[in-house]
Amino acid sequence: MNKIYLDNAATTPVKKEVVEAMLPYFTENFGNPSSVYQLAQINKKAIDEARETIAKCLGANTNEIFFTSGGTEADNWAIKGIAEVSKGKGNHIITSKIEHHAILHTCEYLEKQGYEITYLDVDSEGMVNPEDVKRAIKDTTILITIMYANNEIGTIMPISEIGKIAKEHNIPFHTDAVQAIGQVKIDVKEQNIDLLSLSGHKFNGPKGIGVLYIKRGLKIGTFIHGGAQERGRRAGTENVPGIVGLGKAIELAYEHFDDKVARLTTLRDELIEGLIRSIPYCKLNGHKTDRLPNNVNIGVEFVEGESLLLLLDMNGIAASSGSACTSGSLDPSHVLLALGLPHEKAHGSVRFTLGEQTTKEQIDFVIEKMPPIVQRMREMSPLYEDFLKTNK
Amino acid sequence: MYSEKVMDHFMNPRNVGEIEDASGVGTVGNARCGDIMKVYLKIEDNIIKDAKFKTFGCGAAVATSSMATELVIGKTIEEALKISNKSVAEALDGLPPVKMHCSLLAEESLHAALWDYAKKNNIKIEGLEEPKEDIHEHEEEAGCCNA
Repeated sequence: MNKIYLDNAATTPVKKEVVEAMLPYFTENFGNPSSVYQLAQINKKAIDEARETIAKCLGANTNEIFFTSGGTEADNWAIKGIAEVSKGKGNHIITSKIEHHAILHTCEYLEKQGYEITYLDVDSEGMVNPEDVKRAIKDTTILITIMYANNEIGTIMPISEIGKIAKEHNIPFHTDAVQAIGQVKIDVKEQNIDLLSLSGHKFNGPKGIGVLYIKRGLKIGTFIHGGAQERGRRAGTENVPGIVGLGKAIELAYEHFDDKVARLTTLRDELIEGLIRSIPYCKLNGHKTDRLPNNVNIGVEFVEGESLLLLLDMNGIAASSGSACTSGSLDPSHVLLALGLPHEKAHGSVRFTLGEQTTKEQIDFVIEKMPPIVQRMREMSPLYEDFLKTNK
Repeated sequence: MYSEKVMDHFMNPRNVGEIEDASGVGTVGNARCGDIMKVYLKIEDNIIKDAKFKTFGCGAAVATSSMATELVIGKTIEEALKISNKSVAEALDGLPPVKMHCSLLAEESLHAALWDYAKKNNIKIEGLEEPKEDIHEHEEEAGCCNA
């Protein structure tokens, strides 16, 4: 069956060029970069080159890029590392209610250790209000951490404004940019970002590799202790193939950037408009324009997300949902609930995230297949039956 | 994740719909937790002649509704009472552990429909207890469906 993969926010296929760039570092160039012989030096050089490419894409310096095992480690390091060095200075952290669990659960962990966390509300489109950030600042605030763009609804946060506020108050500002890389242009200096997390597998790079950007001079504790890798700040033998792959992937992600974003945005809007036009009682979740070019999240009333995903899958379409029944935790998406959606609507959301491989034909196929699926589910939905009876 | 039988009952659910002059109707679950099951029974001479359902829920919820209605048709009330969440799950070749609560929903909706029938006809069905208002009540603390 024709497989249409529209879950690129979950992960992406690794590009052929990326795999090719990585391959020699599994076999012939296998040396440990910490060693002195030439075999090791080749790898050291490869790491440095990747670091330079990443720094350039973020507007950072090479000595501000630190490799981690992924976005989750980068988030943990940023938050726990700042908390650790801020003892005596303060114990208050500002974040939002719609962060990724790598942020939220780390904050909840610190809360149990005695830290005070402010979880900012968002508006109905998922936007954090910079004024709310300003109002939440206290003498004891040690960190502001707000995601660059939301993974479920694609809303892009006012990062520059928040960065400015953080700078004015001399508070470190971290952003989880895992979903934004390759889709949004980022300049850490211009936007006053002190810490930034990213992950390789979200932009056609390998899994198991990520980066924490740490602004030069920022005090932060060490998270992984051991050898002197990453200038003594992140121990562990470098994942050389991963690092090389991440470097190549980010280079490709920012190549022909404007054309790529324009193409994705057009496809995204076609999908949104196509679905909303052909399915009654459904609506877009998230911001209409301040939105990742690859994200479509539609709330479909009277149907449950997992069932919808199963039926889409039967048609060869891979998507995801904020429904409880797909999350493992069985609670509906905390992001959709934070937008003010009632539970039954949060259960009935479906997310399509486009990628470089997505075509117009695929989008048209989804627009054709989804309305009858929804209609079929509604015909067996007691919620829809009640709705029709009360609206006769 | 799901057995072939679950997928079959999900893709081709049996007995979807309503019974206009149903002898008993039972609804359990709630939209908050993402699953509602509504069962209609047609009962004549103590025999369940027909059963229909409508369900808002995941694949397992739809499949267990379908299987429960299939199991109950042709049974006496006493036999119908013996249909448990376990027997529904077994008839589907099992459910993932995290979805077992969906089969509970099927059992409870049958009981709720039988209770409705008993109440309407002013009879007492031996062994049938008044259905809970909300099947998720006992799960509130664990979040919705962390059964």
